[in-house]
Amino acid sequence: MSPWLVGFSVFFGYPLVMSAYLSFQHYDLLSPPRWVGLANYRYLFTIDPQVWTAVRNTLWLIAVLVPLQVVFAFGIALVLARARSGVGIFRTIFYLPALAPPVAATLGFVYILNPATGPVNTILGHLGIQGPLWFQDPAWSKPSLVILGLWGVGNTMIIFLAAVLDVPRQLYESASLDGAGPLQRLRWVTLPTVSPVILFAVILGVIQGLQYFTQAFVASGVASGQASQAADITSVNLGYPVDSTLFYPVLLYQHGFSDFQLGYASAMAMLLLVVSFAVTLVILFNSRRWVHYAGSPR
Amino acid sequence: MTAIEIAAPFVRRRPPVAVRRRRFLVAVANHSVLIAASIAFLAPFAFIALTALMTNEQALSSRLWPHPFAWHNFISVFTTAPLWRWTLNTLEYSVLGTLGVVVSSVPVAYALARLKWRGRNLVFLVVLVALMLPPQVTVVPLYVLWAKFQPFGFHFIGTLWPVIAPNWFGDAFSIFLLRQFFLTIPEEYLDAARVDGCGEVRILTTVVARLAKPAIAAVALFSFLYTFNDFFLPLLYTGENPGNWVISIGLSQFRSLHQVQWNLTMAATLLVMAPVIVLFFLAQKAFVEGVTLTGVKG
Repeated sequence: MSPWLVGFSVFFGYPLVMSAYLSFQHYDLLSPPRWVGLANYRYLFTIDPQVWTAVRNTLWLIAVLVPLQVVFAFGIALVLARARSGVGIFRTIFYLPALAPPVAATLGFVYILNPATGPVNTILGHLGIQGPLWFQDPAWSKPSLVILGLWGVGNTMIIFLAAVLDVPRQLYESASLDGAGPLQRLRWVTLPTVSPVILFAVILGVIQGLQYFTQAFVASGVASGQASQAADITSVNLGYPVDSTLFYPVLLYQHGFSDFQLGYASAMAMLLLVVSFAVTLVILFNSRRWVHYAGSPR
Repeated sequence: MTAIEIAAPFVRRRPPVAVRRRRFLVAVANHSVLIAASIAFLAPFAFIALTALMTNEQALSSRLWPHPFAWHNFISVFTTAPLWRWTLNTLEYSVLGTLGVVVSSVPVAYALARLKWRGRNLVFLVVLVALMLPPQVTVVPLYVLWAKFQPFGFHFIGTLWPVIAPNWFGDAFSIFLLRQFFLTIPEEYLDAARVDGCGEVRILTTVVARLAKPAIAAVALFSFLYTFNDFFLPLLYTGENPGNWVISIGLSQFRSLHQVQWNLTMAATLLVMAPVIVLFFLAQKAFVEGVTLTGVKG
């Protein structure tokens, strides 16, 4: 136990405290840290032109992706729970994309959605539809990432499926006897019973949304390379196209580990910390109104 | 209760034709939805695989089916990029990281679930906080720590050790999952072992470890997947040192670094997806049980 506590304080406690301390410093790793007071925070909240773009993009992603993922995964789970045969095969098919390594999945989607000759736009073309520019278009880059996110919804789907199959049969039967139709049974039996699992999925989705990095980093890097055909070192094209995929963690990475403004990056990290906790707490407190826990003493 | 369930099939009469027809139609509709969704979920894999088998000219055309099949792409991939090197680096990280997570998280989870000591609740709270904390929050001071820590002139930045080491001091998610599982083990088993003169360490390595096999397997699987897919931390520490790149970084830089064509990129993408998917089919049960465990007990 105690060696663990030592390690944990070194890799978790110390950096947490240090992060707060560094956020009041100017530090570039080369010269010793210099105390600058609130200057980093002032720059963060009032001057840095990219912060609000990054915050907006991150909020957009969370507001669109999380509800869509929950509804989509829940819908599939419902249909799957009612299937009479082939449940195992379908479950495997829906789960597989969630396993694909994020970098590989992103790379695959940048190719599949490539505007000129990608399979999706080719097929849309055969149907007489002019496909969008996807990852090349500031208006479509985030929706493209959402499609990528929905493809990998398998984890949530499996959790929902287990929860839906766990709903006691008697509840449905007594609801039917009371004259409830399929929709009413869904609304008054299924949803309340699985609501704790929905809450879990929402919180997890929001936390992951606040950390969204890999897919955006890879997609902007590969898509911009595709446009310019130039060999780029990491981080030059972050946010491509036109900062539309510049999410908060991406900007933090750029400031911290591309420009090595470690004090400023720490200030950004502190803001992320506060927002993460605030959001989680708000969801948890709100959830008391709509999450129903069956009276199982633990 | 059981008597009623067993008796039910005998009591139930064959439903009237209209009801049976409606049930049949609902089943057909259900399966149509499932099949359509399956096609959508499998299509990206198919497009990636088909492109991986095209010649460069075909991959740049809007052709969807390779003609002729360019099987040698899968050989060319290894000559254009150091795939083996990246794979070995990835295995170093995944194997050592997973081993560390299991070895360090099991005792901590046991102490949190089964032993009574002062400060237990506080430590559990810290684990929960760590669970929700974005990695970006602690990353700057840790980077500084590794940059300044140079025993005997050895530089840790550029190597994978800063990414591997923290795994040996417990991982919040694994501790949480294992603790929840350990709580379900009946106290009688442990007491029986104690009466027989077992120490807590022996109880853990024999009784608990054996009873908790599914949970430990799930934790090992998830850690392996996480480390195999990890991008952010390896990028941070080894980004400037291509000799120590893991496969996810190598893949993300594949196109721009080598000016490589899409067909080879997709072949590499497929090769990176393959091990995870093979692993899934080998350990499907542990996967599904593990995912369900995180959601339902969590």
